[in-house]
Amino acid sequence: MKTSADAVVIGGGVTGSSIAYNLMKHGMKHVVLCEKDTFASGSTGRCGAGVREQWGSEGNIRICKASIDIFEKLQEELKYDYDMEFVQKGYLMMAYTEKEWEQFKENVEVQHRLGVNAVICTPGEAKQIVPALNTEGMYGATYNSRDGHANPFHTTRAYLKAFERLGGQVNCFTEVTGIEESSGRITKVKTDKGDISTPVAVNAAGPWAAPVAAMVGLELPLYTERHQILVTEPVGHLFDPMLMSFSLGIYCQQTPHGSLVMGIGDPNEPKGYDTGHSWQFLKRMSDIMCRLVPALEGVRVVRQWSGLYTITPDAHPILGTVPGIDGYYQAVGFSGHGFMLAPIVGQVISEMILGKELSIDISDLDLGRFERGDLRVEPSVV
Amino acid sequence: MAKEEHDIIVCRCEDVTLGEIRKAIREGATTLDEVKRITRAGMGPCQGRTCRLLVAGEIARYLGKPVSEILQSRYRPPVKPVKMGDLSVISEEGENSGCKCREEVTGQ
Repeated sequence: MKTSADAVVIGGGVTGSSIAYNLMKHGMKHVVLCEKDTFASGSTGRCGAGVREQWGSEGNIRICKASIDIFEKLQEELKYDYDMEFVQKGYLMMAYTEKEWEQFKENVEVQHRLGVNAVICTPGEAKQIVPALNTEGMYGATYNSRDGHANPFHTTRAYLKAFERLGGQVNCFTEVTGIEESSGRITKVKTDKGDISTPVAVNAAGPWAAPVAAMVGLELPLYTERHQILVTEPVGHLFDPMLMSFSLGIYCQQTPHGSLVMGIGDPNEPKGYDTGHSWQFLKRMSDIMCRLVPALEGVRVVRQWSGLYTITPDAHPILGTVPGIDGYYQAVGFSGHGFMLAPIVGQVISEMILGKELSIDISDLDLGRFERGDLRVEPSVV
Repeated sequence: MAKEEHDIIVCRCEDVTLGEIRKAIREGATTLDEVKRITRAGMGPCQGRTCRLLVAGEIARYLGKPVSEILQSRYRPPVKPVKMGDLSVISEEGENSGCKCREEVTGQ
């Protein structure tokens, strides 16, 4: 392992991998990534890996749109020899309460203003997009064909392989144990495999972001929460878009492989690091999804697991620098939608580290906003 | 990829060949989880009952380590595939309330 570097990225999920790759791409010479387990072993490899422009706040729409611009060319840019399985077959966002329906219609107005071509659908029109859908009780839906999903393992690995080709070093099974500073500047990242002298440390540690931040004496307003998910056996084509409903708390997609991946939020989930699983989740998930898509009754669940959301007070990430700790950067607290943001976050954080002009303004996503009381508001989060 | 590697299926559920497993290992995978994430070996309906030892053996041979030192992946429920229609008729108390496929589930 290198004993000195221009930058050390902490975390081998999709965010850390994207930052590390972008640093090398933009001209840094010696970048080291440290991951305590293996690639995509934290939240990334456990997530639904959806990518959407259909948000309610201008900030989220802009940043996700910029991320999808990158996703569309990523397979080619990273020259990856496996399929990242990025498909754009849309998101169908379904409203089951009047309040949700009104919100969706407002969201679409904002989306149109920012160049997102989402459409408002009656239940009948939604059924034309997804004939397998039972639209009983649905007020309406919105649909955006540019949304989609990807394979989270391969997207992460594609970034890491490209990073290595550019000369970056990936150290898996290497846990960061401390970060040293001197006169307010980062000097060293310590690991269980040895120390790395560096002027730059990037915290992309996902659910472990708060413990990593504590290494530089920083307290982050984050908590972690389990979200459960399952995958079925592969079956013939059932539907194209990601199905999502906030009032039901569900999302469900059919992967290119034919299996269906789906999850459901639990309002009673306690905070913490539990990544266990429950049969109650299987029951709730099956109840709702068999009602929405009756053809699922005969489809078998093969595997269930869970992952952690790392949640901030306003469900938006915390990005960038922290006053008083030169050389410390963070991309943390993605609150359940880190995967879709990773391409643009990697780009903009690397631009920030290298002192380049930023391709998108992220100044309102800094840590200071919580002290200023300037919280972001997003009406559309599962 | 040698021809025989291409012909030998290691993961029968996902049709993953020995050649594909070896490629992932050559490219740096040192655990069952990594091979699984790259190739899908062990992700199918049998959850790796057949292939996990074979894959572990390949990793062990490549790394020159005993199989016992190769990091295993976790077994995940429901162990045996279960239809969503059957899961949805379980009552909140955990009892099966008149499942139409009960005979099939219990084999009676």
